[in-house]
Amino acid sequence: MPNTSHDDDRIEAKFGELRGLREGALIAYLTGGDPDPKTFLANSTALIEGGADIVEIGIPFSDPIADGPVIQASSMRALSNGTTPLRILDMIRELSTEFPVPFVVLSYYNPILAMGLGRFLQKARESGVDGIVVPDLPVEESEEFRNLSLKHNVDTIYLAAPNTSRTRLRTVLDKSKGFLYLVSLYGVTGPRDSLSPQALEAVRAVKSLARGKIPVSVGFGISQPEHVSAVIQSGADGAIVGSALVRIVGNHLDDPSDAETQLKKTVQSLKEATRLSSN
Amino acid sequence: MKKHAEPRTYSKPGKFGKYGGQYVPETLMEPLRALEEAYNRFSRDPSFKKELAGWLDDFAGRPTPLYLASNLTRHVGGARIYLKREDLLHSGAHKINNTLGQALLAKKMGKRRIIAETGAGQHGVATAMACAALGLHAEVYMGSEDMDRQKLNVYRMKMLGAKVHPVESGSKTLKDAISEALRDWVTNVQDTYYLLGSVVGPHPYPTMVRDYQSVIGKEARKQILRQEGKLPKAIVACVGGGSNSIGIFHSFLHEVDVDLYGVEAGGESLSPGQNAAPLVAGREGVLHGMMTYVLQDEVGQVQTTRSISAGLDYPGVGPEHAFLMTAGRAKYVTVSNEEALEAFESLSQLEGIMPALESAHAISYAMKLAKSLGTKDSIIVNLSGRGDKDLEIIAKHLPR
Ligand SMILES: Cc1ncc(COP(=O)(O)O)c(C=O)c1O
Repeated sequence: MPNTSHDDDRIEAKFGELRGLREGALIAYLTGGDPDPKTFLANSTALIEGGADIVEIGIPFSDPIADGPVIQASSMRALSNGTTPLRILDMIRELSTEFPVPFVVLSYYNPILAMGLGRFLQKARESGVDGIVVPDLPVEESEEFRNLSLKHNVDTIYLAAPNTSRTRLRTVLDKSKGFLYLVSLYGVTGPRDSLSPQALEAVRAVKSLARGKIPVSVGFGISQPEHVSAVIQSGADGAIVGSALVRIVGNHLDDPSDAETQLKKTVQSLKEATRLSSN
Repeated sequence: MKKHAEPRTYSKPGKFGKYGGQYVPETLMEPLRALEEAYNRFSRDPSFKKELAGWLDDFAGRPTPLYLASNLTRHVGGARIYLKREDLLHSGAHKINNTLGQALLAKKMGKRRIIAETGAGQHGVATAMACAALGLHAEVYMGSEDMDRQKLNVYRMKMLGAKVHPVESGSKTLKDAISEALRDWVTNVQDTYYLLGSVVGPHPYPTMVRDYQSVIGKEARKQILRQEGKLPKAIVACVGGGSNSIGIFHSFLHEVDVDLYGVEAGGESLSPGQNAAPLVAGREGVLHGMMTYVLQDEVGQVQTTRSISAGLDYPGVGPEHAFLMTAGRAKYVTVSNEEALEAFESLSQLEGIMPALESAHAISYAMKLAKSLGTKDSIIVNLSGRGDKDLEIIAKHLPR
């Protein structure tokens, strides 16, 4: 374990802290600026107050090829009110000044390229971003990006899928920092009623290769507390919940304060499911 | 024009200089690897090549003629204008060269479920035809906007046995149909083959589709040498995703004295949202798995496109074109909606050939170019498709 100051490697530190408590991490996702900046800030606060260990904020993109209808719709809502990457980073800065949780940004590659890799990463770091996930940037294409991320102290979180070969998995584990994002299923993001048949097997396979060198968090399709406890019990270090939360935002466009209450309650029950001792 | 760029200078498989690559979700890395491996294996397999050549000749109608448009040449007054008649192919466009190649490959790979995207419906129809002929099941994603604009092609696909999925996301056009096809593929990687319709997307598609379309240039080169006794001064082709153009360019890439012109859709104007000209009006970016030129705003959101020809309506372009442009080997220009319509009318009335609106863009530029050249020179225009599919739109603009 690297020596962690308060500012650097906050993601790894968070996982370390949770390990001591025999808990998995609950990573809660919302799309930045959805449905408007003010509601988004209030909703993010609700996630944190509900007990999210790490907050993941998506930068909306016009062509989100890895996302299902729920996150597509949220991206459209955010874009139509003029959300830009810079405005999202500003909002993260507001949140990170107030709350000590680690922040992860999820962005497709093009908005990052458009800002310039170095400039984006520097801004992200200054705004309190600890890690970044780029769903359309596999390790093979990301040497420059990874080098700059290291330089700016932003963890590069790569993804692994159920069909990632063992050889690739070794590389992906080796290049990932903060945690590895394990995609639990064949498909795009979106809430599913049950855990995919590949999920638990994939967790065990990846954990056996990761050997404690890097935490593994599972995402895509995780929407219920049962899903969270199942992946944590089979060895995952964290569970990522996105569409199930974004759906709450989308279902409460007319009564945003209801969304806050619901988000907080949902996150509380998801967080409860990460506690190994109480399961 | 600098003309040093050759395929040999491509840095590694799937890269054209800095362009191309595989910017895709992790789940697609393994199927792309398997596809590349199968493609490499079968592209060297003599029995596969023979079987494909048989389909191209007997089913699609190859070789296509290289036709001297003598009336048009006389009308323009300049270089002799030859038309590579891809419009005479079964399905009415060059798209069938690619769908036959990939459908046969899919069959060899043991995949029975084929998915495809389509804009105007030409690639969808060509996919449905190839799949019907080869006994495969085709499902085509098409933006709901495009389905409204191209009702006849929707009917054709259905009659040919394909299932058509309306795409309601994003701008409900071709780019969203590609995104939706990629999402389907991510979900059904194990049994599904994604049959992409142009030289776009992640590696190996830009290379593979180019190779399947290269038959156009191989024939054209032999034909022009036989008919003219020398190489042409220039090649002109329209560029949507870029497959008919790269298909005819490729056999002339090393001939530094042959100028290559790609014609993009200038639409109404070159202002944002009014055209489909990423090489002329866009900048570098990543879309649909490739690094290339993309029409986008300052913060990297992809812009919607507008062109009278649905087949050119795409905000990205094949990465090899981005390379050929930045290396100075090919030149990219635009032709407006209005100019394309004028060229449609000219070719119809002077030659008795109604070009697809896409191809009319190439005809228009070729007419300008021919005028600037001497009568001893020749140029080849790739007539990528026939205009029947566009008559409804054209009749609105050019009433009779
Ligand atoms: C006749 C015709 N020409 C050209 C195109 C543009 O595609 P590409 O640039 O890949 O040749 C299309 C696409 O639908 C087409 O139907």
